[in-house]
Amino acid sequence: MANQNILLNFDRNGANHTLENYLKRKGYSTLSEKIPNMKPEQVLDEVKKSGIRGRGGAGFPAGIKWSFLPKDSDKPVYLICNGDEGEPGTFKDRVILEENPHMLIEGMILAAYAINAKHCYIYIRGEYGFALQRVQQAVDEAYRAGYLGKKLTGANYSCDITVHKGAGAYVVGDETGLMNSIEGKKGQTRNKPPFPAVEGLYQCPTIINNVETLASVPWIIDHGGAAYHSIGTEKSSGTKLLSISGHVRKPGVYEVDLGYPFMDFLNKDCGGVIGNRKLKAVIPGGSSTPVLRPEDCEKITIDYESIAEAGSSLGSGAILIIAEGSCMVKTLEVLTHFYHHESCGQCTPCREGTGWLHKIVKRIEAGQGKMEDLDLLTSITKHIAFHTICPLGDAACGPVDSFVKKFKDEFIEHIKTGGCPFGGKFVRFQERV
Amino acid sequence: MEFNETEKKKIAHLRTRYPDSRSLTLPLMWMIQKRKGFVSDEAVALIATELELPKIWVEEVRSWYSMFSEKQTGKYVLEVCNNISCALMGSQEIIDHICSVLKIKVGETTADGMFTLKTAECLGSCGTAPMMQVGDRYYELLTEEKVDQILEDLKNNTQPEQKPQQWPEYK
Repeated sequence: MANQNILLNFDRNGANHTLENYLKRKGYSTLSEKIPNMKPEQVLDEVKKSGIRGRGGAGFPAGIKWSFLPKDSDKPVYLICNGDEGEPGTFKDRVILEENPHMLIEGMILAAYAINAKHCYIYIRGEYGFALQRVQQAVDEAYRAGYLGKKLTGANYSCDITVHKGAGAYVVGDETGLMNSIEGKKGQTRNKPPFPAVEGLYQCPTIINNVETLASVPWIIDHGGAAYHSIGTEKSSGTKLLSISGHVRKPGVYEVDLGYPFMDFLNKDCGGVIGNRKLKAVIPGGSSTPVLRPEDCEKITIDYESIAEAGSSLGSGAILIIAEGSCMVKTLEVLTHFYHHESCGQCTPCREGTGWLHKIVKRIEAGQGKMEDLDLLTSITKHIAFHTICPLGDAACGPVDSFVKKFKDEFIEHIKTGGCPFGGKFVRFQERV
Repeated sequence: MEFNETEKKKIAHLRTRYPDSRSLTLPLMWMIQKRKGFVSDEAVALIATELELPKIWVEEVRSWYSMFSEKQTGKYVLEVCNNISCALMGSQEIIDHICSVLKIKVGETTADGMFTLKTAECLGSCGTAPMMQVGDRYYELLTEEKVDQILEDLKNNTQPEQKPQQWPEYK
């Protein structure tokens, strides 16, 4: 099965981030050729027809999200691009931001037209210095060429984009946390409802989408929603960027048609596990998604429904490969440390609970765990998950519950032998260059 | 402490980009950190005055986000990612190596004020693990030898140009 290149339609060795290069790839032609003959509702309609689901992790259909905007509001509408890519294992938006920023900008201009937003923000995590630089350059180029500003080239409407730099906080990846961050506050999340479409940035109706989602819009409008929907599966349409890392021979970012068989992807496209080692575990959609054992992966295809059926989630499309010889307790210790570090301090179950989870996993790894600890872990997660304002609490529980369930023997071995059978650290495989 | 002329111009422009000037809190903090290397109490007061905000609103932003420093750090802050993909690919060995070469622990600064060592959570460079960030620059696919060279170059104030990520192919 040949996978399409909708987002990665460029030679990675070229100066593909420039306006000149994007124009050569027929960039901004959707804006200048299709938009003059389309009403905003028609643009929205095509996005709805495409069935594209939010690529940030939650997978909510973008067109439906857009249609939640109130029709009778006299407040300005804002569009935000969420470039706060922070889910461990995810580095796919970075490719668009650094190497194809004009496609994102065109997508935002089209989305802004559909939802009648005059001002858009691109929020990029503060650590992405190079992406910030490239996107700002692209925005400046687009202004100079008249694709941004008042009365756009080829279309009779205005659109402004401001690039906003984050400052290090995983929780800001949540849409309401991100809005608070743009407003100059701590990036803690807000209770919903009200949902952002009704009351978002500056208390105004706001649509917020992931980088990959918005960058797909030019293709959708150019080829039509139906064409996009014909790619992938019925419930997971289109292509998806996958970032694969860990113990894999060819890590990187790949674009595949949704519905692609997982084992083909791992073994054929990505060269399999490094050093021909045996596969031990797969985290299929970013560190928050439940871990899978190799036998769970045999039959799955890369799409929302198949991975959900296997008990996990496609999430942000960040696939982590763990080879035989790695300690799963140590791996979980790293993950629980992360969620504890990133818990924003707002909700008690998450603030306190993530710390307890880390403490317990750490002591099991150090050989000081007790058998009761395993039940204790799952009883703590029960009291965190779905008892917090934002999904960070739930995200912290996914790995804990699944690691303990799927690799219970390894946890018990740590407890019974009073130590880590892998020597308490990760083995660095010699295949590493 | 005051904003210089270039910064003042930038602030005037930024004010046109947001309907509420409180949104300038992060941009102004970045502005000061870029110039001074950290955001002092005096800088917090300056931002609060500029934006007509209670000082505590600015102070809580400084302490809540992980990238703002309240104190002087080393000239170069080495932030080694120690999250899952980097850990799987040996980031702890890189951290241990830096500690032994610079004779500091994580969180400390070398006596000459040149380097501060920190660990970081996922920096979105998992395909090129292990990696570290120094200022705006990512250093990827680290090995002990590579780290030695990077430290030498930094001592001579050389940082190579940033390029898009280049993924390896292992055996």
